[in-house]
Amino acid sequence: MDHILQTSIILNGVSVTRAIPARQHLVDFLREEMGLTGSHVGCEHGVCGACTIRVDGKIVRGCLMLAVQANGCKVDTIEGLSDSGELADLQRAFHEHNALQCGFCTPGMLMAAQDLVGTRPQATRDEIRDHLSGNYCRCTGYHAIVDAVEEVLISRRGGKK
Amino acid sequence: MKAPSFAYSKPATLAEVFDLLAHHGDGAKLLAGGQSLIPSLNMRLSSPSVLVDITGLPGLSGIVVDGDTVRIGALTTHAEIERSPEIARHLPLLAQAVKQIAHVAIRNVGTFGGSVAFADPAAEYPAVCVALDATFVLASQKGERRVPARQFFKGIYETELSRGEVLVAGEFKGIGVGYRSAFLELARRVGDYAIVGVAAHAQIAGGKLADVRLAFLGAGDRPILAGNAAAAVEGKVYGPAVVKAAQDALAKDLAPPADLYHSSATKLHLARVLTGRALTALGG
Repeated sequence: MDHILQTSIILNGVSVTRAIPARQHLVDFLREEMGLTGSHVGCEHGVCGACTIRVDGKIVRGCLMLAVQANGCKVDTIEGLSDSGELADLQRAFHEHNALQCGFCTPGMLMAAQDLVGTRPQATRDEIRDHLSGNYCRCTGYHAIVDAVEEVLISRRGGKK
Repeated sequence: MKAPSFAYSKPATLAEVFDLLAHHGDGAKLLAGGQSLIPSLNMRLSSPSVLVDITGLPGLSGIVVDGDTVRIGALTTHAEIERSPEIARHLPLLAQAVKQIAHVAIRNVGTFGGSVAFADPAAEYPAVCVALDATFVLASQKGERRVPARQFFKGIYETELSRGEVLVAGEFKGIGVGYRSAFLELARRVGDYAIVGVAAHAQIAGGKLADVRLAFLGAGDRPILAGNAAAAVEGKVYGPAVVKAAQDALAKDLAPPADLYHSSATKLHLARVLTGRALTALGG
């Protein structure tokens, strides 16, 4: 029975194969083995959302998935989405609305926000709050975050409220 | 914290799963979505010697409607249940409940079978399954057996599943004519486990409440079907006196254990409040 498993993932578009200990969760693998420290480790039990990443197109908790479970999957992190420009308007809106203070929650917040903006373009403010309810900002900057996401939703809809 | 060391295996057939379970006994844990198991590993509340990842098994995922039976495969995710038009049409109680489970990123991964088999008394599915009188399909080397939800839950994290068995599906009877459903819970934050909640279901016939089922979560060591409260409103027309009768009867059904923040009396009070809201949603 294997404690270390050969694991292949498509990480931000690049094929990666590594021998990974079964006990290592995905966000630790990304940070410690791949040097992708944009995904943050907060609570390590699925409550805070700081480790939010995308696996096969869906947002997941990076601390609640073993890296070996991602074998054969497409994994996208904040670094990939930032470099590709997919998040550019959200990042700009966060900056302009002062929607980050210490910045610890910001990568997870952006991943969750991009999921909403991509899947539910008609979302209301209440729906934004509901969608981001699994991402904690301990600076409590929620109002500005919701403002930023709402602005992007409106602008991606072509400026219509 | 970090999980303790364990081995990992991802079999492709149920037969291999049974072999692994037989070989490793209590040291093996099944891994489905992992949204309860992995936090418990990270917090070192659990230390299995091997995780058996069942997400590669064919045929354990998806929702099938056959006549008036709805079968939900164990590996069906909360997000799939949430988006399913079949669930919305045939099992509206479940459709209401699934929205209250944690958050999007967790609903994308967590599974129906995992939540049922984990049997947290504050979780949503167990109460819904008890309210709707669902049946679980358990598979083992000896074949399949069916266990009613009302007998399946034995205590906190304890179920009828015996060593070597895998929960493969839940079966429900689709909603009948004139039935209404209401799922309500109170939690300190959106997505948290409920302090207390209720899965309610009844038929409204000629203005009267019939076949009333009130299953509570977070109010005992397993989902609790409140028989006395339901009997107090059975055959009655909805109104303030009928609601009060159900609320008063609740003390005979529930003796909720206190938690860190809520006394038993507080929880019983909150259960009474939810009973009132649920009956209003059903019959009001």
